[in-house]
Amino acid sequence: MPMNSGFLHKVLIPVAAIIVFLLLWEALVWAMGWPDYKMASPSDLWPAYVKYADLFLLNSWQTLWRTVAGLGLAIVFGTLIGMIMGFSKIAREALYPLLVGFNAVPKATIVPIVALMFVGAHDFNTVLIAFMISFFPIAVSVSIGLSTLEPEYRDILAALGASKVTIFWKIALPKTLPEFFGALKVAVTLAFIGTNLMEIVSPHGRGLGALFDSGKTNSDYPLMFAVLIALAALGIVLYYVVIALEKALAGWAVRD
Amino acid sequence: MSDAPLIDIKDVTHTFQTKSGPLQVLDKLNLSVREGGFCAVVGPSGCGKSTLTRLVAGLLKPDEGEVWLHGERVKSPRATVGMAFQNPVMLEWRTILQNVMLPMEIVPTKTSRKQQEERARYLLALVGLEGFEDKRPSELSGGMRQRASLCRALVHQPDVLILDEPFGALDAFTREDLWQTMHQVKEKEPFTGLLITHDLRESIFLADKIVVLSGRPARSQYVLDVPMDGPRDLEHLYTHDSAEMLTVLRHQIEIAQGRAPVGSPAEPA
Repeated sequence: MPMNSGFLHKVLIPVAAIIVFLLLWEALVWAMGWPDYKMASPSDLWPAYVKYADLFLLNSWQTLWRTVAGLGLAIVFGTLIGMIMGFSKIAREALYPLLVGFNAVPKATIVPIVALMFVGAHDFNTVLIAFMISFFPIAVSVSIGLSTLEPEYRDILAALGASKVTIFWKIALPKTLPEFFGALKVAVTLAFIGTNLMEIVSPHGRGLGALFDSGKTNSDYPLMFAVLIALAALGIVLYYVVIALEKALAGWAVRD
Repeated sequence: MSDAPLIDIKDVTHTFQTKSGPLQVLDKLNLSVREGGFCAVVGPSGCGKSTLTRLVAGLLKPDEGEVWLHGERVKSPRATVGMAFQNPVMLEWRTILQNVMLPMEIVPTKTSRKQQEERARYLLALVGLEGFEDKRPSELSGGMRQRASLCRALVHQPDVLILDEPFGALDAFTREDLWQTMHQVKEKEPFTGLLITHDLRESIFLADKIVVLSGRPARSQYVLDVPMDGPRDLEHLYTHDSAEMLTVLRHQIEIAQGRAPVGSPAEPA
């Protein structure tokens, strides 16, 4: 791949694909003659964005920071639990069924429980759900990355008398980064789902979920679609932030 | 230089606990290497050769018997040992130079970072990797990675170099290249070597003492001294003496494998 085609491949092609998708969507709605309460078309969305520009900015920010906070917690706790399970076989055997069971519980059922537990603490509740839904893949991937470290890697340093902590920082941690980022890409979208679940199921008037809910209450169908697209856009932005971080921290493992 | 051996393995017995019960791999094994010597250990597959390297490196403790290095009993890993494995694992996120310098981040040294880098560069040039310092491990061939792994094993100036089948996974030509590199390195960077190998020609080419281990549980079955007068070239392998030694070693391996009766004469070369 020639160097000057990097821009073409990284920017132009994805953008072109999005435009084609929007055009097909528009064409489908036009061809079927659907009214906007059945299926809004992209051209219906612009007026919604213009009309509620302030609300979109404010609520997007609300949703974004809670998602990032939940994701941050998921990274810290997920990595911690992953480390414990990666280094101790007993911890792995003890924690796996618990984690899988916890992950299997639909988070939509946890939302009302959390909302009742911490009444009024909306920010906290939302961050908590975003965290709960997204830490599982991080914990599993870190534990697998650490427990499958080839013994030779350890022996290089162990033969020199290095401590377990040194071996972790110098070898185990960097070696696990590619798996970690693979999981983080999944966790990003999960955290968004968590945030919006809370905002929609137990709305407190904040975040894009609440905006969606008000669109529903007012039968403003273009607004509801506009929120969905805004969520997708936020998801894409955060995903590419993770990609940039991965390139900076684990670029050695990325093969083009 | 004293006459006491630098590596001294005394009556070492070791047993692993496996899923199918205890597995004794070493049985009252004795082995010694003089200072500056190069000892090759050969034996049938699975006879416990790698266990031996881990015992000498202090990564394992023997059930019975003692391992001595430098007149001190080995109880834990020590910085005076360098190790290279069959799989030349490199840290993929570091350059070759940074990989070679890794041991100096663990072992306390009095040298400055600049001196350490100079030493790493010097070693890389010695094994023929000049110009590859800033490459990533993934850009190097298997043979080149093994050369870099050799530099890493030597960079902190260990007295003892343990080589656990380092050339086993390489093609024949690369292997012979690396044998010659080993002689060049040993001339410039003296060490006491312990080499585990499956290759009898390799043992004759590199070592001044060859120990044949018996089948599991392993004990020292046969010791062969190889006259050594400085670095060898590949012609050494095709002399009459080498052919005779090969015949003897091959016969000993057959005994160790249980395929030849003990005491049956080796065939004349």
